[in-house]
Amino acid sequence: MQTEIAPRPVADADAEIKLDARHVNFFYGDFQALEDASLAVQARRITALIGPSGCGKTTFLRIFNRMHDLTPSTRATGEVLLDGHNVLDPDTDVIQLRRQVGMLFQRPNPFPKSIYDNVAYGPHMLGWSKSRINDIVEQSLKDTGLWDEVQNRLRRSALNLSGGQQQRLCLARALAVEPQVILMDEPASALDPIATLRIEELMQDLKKRYTIVIVTHNMQQASRVSDFTAFMLMNQRRAGEVIEFGPTDDIFNRPKESRTEDYITGRFG
Amino acid sequence: MSRPLVRIFLDRLVAALIALCVMVAAIPVLVLLLFVVIKGLPGLLTPGFFTDPPHPQGVPGGGVLNAIIGTLEIVGMASLLAVPIGALIGVFLSEYGRNRLGDTVRFISDVLTGLPSIAFGIFGYTVVVLTTHHFSAISASVALAVLMLPVILRATESALMLVPQALREAGLALGAPSWRVTVEIVVPAALGGIVTGALLAIARAAGETAPLLFTAFGNEIVQSNPLQPMGALALTVFRNALSPYQNLQDQAWAAALLLVLLVASANILARLYVRRIQR
Repeated sequence: MQTEIAPRPVADADAEIKLDARHVNFFYGDFQALEDASLAVQARRITALIGPSGCGKTTFLRIFNRMHDLTPSTRATGEVLLDGHNVLDPDTDVIQLRRQVGMLFQRPNPFPKSIYDNVAYGPHMLGWSKSRINDIVEQSLKDTGLWDEVQNRLRRSALNLSGGQQQRLCLARALAVEPQVILMDEPASALDPIATLRIEELMQDLKKRYTIVIVTHNMQQASRVSDFTAFMLMNQRRAGEVIEFGPTDDIFNRPKESRTEDYITGRFG
Repeated sequence: MSRPLVRIFLDRLVAALIALCVMVAAIPVLVLLLFVVIKGLPGLLTPGFFTDPPHPQGVPGGGVLNAIIGTLEIVGMASLLAVPIGALIGVFLSEYGRNRLGDTVRFISDVLTGLPSIAFGIFGYTVVVLTTHHFSAISASVALAVLMLPVILRATESALMLVPQALREAGLALGAPSWRVTVEIVVPAALGGIVTGALLAIARAAGETAPLLFTAFGNEIVQSNPLQPMGALALTVFRNALSPYQNLQDQAWAAALLLVLLVASANILARLYVRRIQR
């Protein structure tokens, strides 16, 4: 077992840390799903969480915007600092937090509304003016490469779009509330290779402005898209741990831990 | 017989058995419908059936205007009471009812579903008729509303439960408060199921007779004051079918046909609506 907390990536000494998870433990009832998990997410970079099924990647991710609150009898301890403020603090305004930390889910989940209404939902909720909403809808759809494909059918149901388009629409919907961080939970696992590629290209564009954390079971994807990678594994008590964290290049080419190397080279998992 | 032949034989046999079961289920319904149409259509086409009040017994002619207005008004008022309350309870059960209170409400609703419909009549009689000392349309509406309530709330709950959790999460992850997610995302997504449930409950209430017997009581005069006794199609069927006069018996058949048509069109309307919003 590691005694150190996961080491900070050293590529950039004065790097801005956007999200800083420190010694996070997580429980479903009596079952501990995460043990002493730490992760320093650098601003405007892509951080990937990889590891075998059930190692707590998604659990860890959902703590960052308190989505775990929706599951009854769960409990998180430790700290997750967003710009220095602990989001696990009971006083945290969860609504505000989720506007800063958006989320893209495993399966595209557009609302059964029109394309326009999907993207406009967040801004509308924030009470923005009609013209500002129109602008942000257009901008978000452009940012996700959807504008040219859908500008003539904004009032049509979002459910008629293809899976890949739906997922990009969901991304546009998340961007429209102008978050700072975007959490992605295996965003391409339900998509075909071409749609997957579109999402990955988008991520490269988006990281200029947003901090991205992505959970993926696909190691090639992690190595293609991410700047930093955290490798997670279940320990003997079936709780997830962060085994190794560092620049993606190091994790994939010069892992320090033999368990990381075993996983990367496909010896298990 | 070789194996494939056995398989083909079994396949045919089972298919035939299923077809037989379908027929056994469908034939009574079709016969009933046919019977009501054949017996009721002449009365329905009689001049004045829709526009005249009933004539005194033994006097030929007359219509069921009193009952048409009565059924529409009684069921209408019952729906105004039951649909909003039932839908709200359904929303509560689905979104906030994973607890003892929710279980209690579900249990009570299941008990209500199983009650004989005349018991709802007794409820309307006790609560409204006895306290106002008067038979009235509104007492019938109250009885029917309670009868409709469990159907609506259960239909609403199951419709909302069918809305994927992922949609709720999508809304919450955007920073929407949970009440907004419920009102703006979950309920609209389930609207088809909610409307279907409400229309089925309305259709069922429209056909009920027992709850009306000692609440609306019946009225041969065209009456639209909800505080007065009122006729209803189901009551017309019940009373006229027992009368010795041929023209009144014909009228009962016609009223039954009209009721079937009303209920059927409510059903078809519900289905068309659902298909339209699910396109």
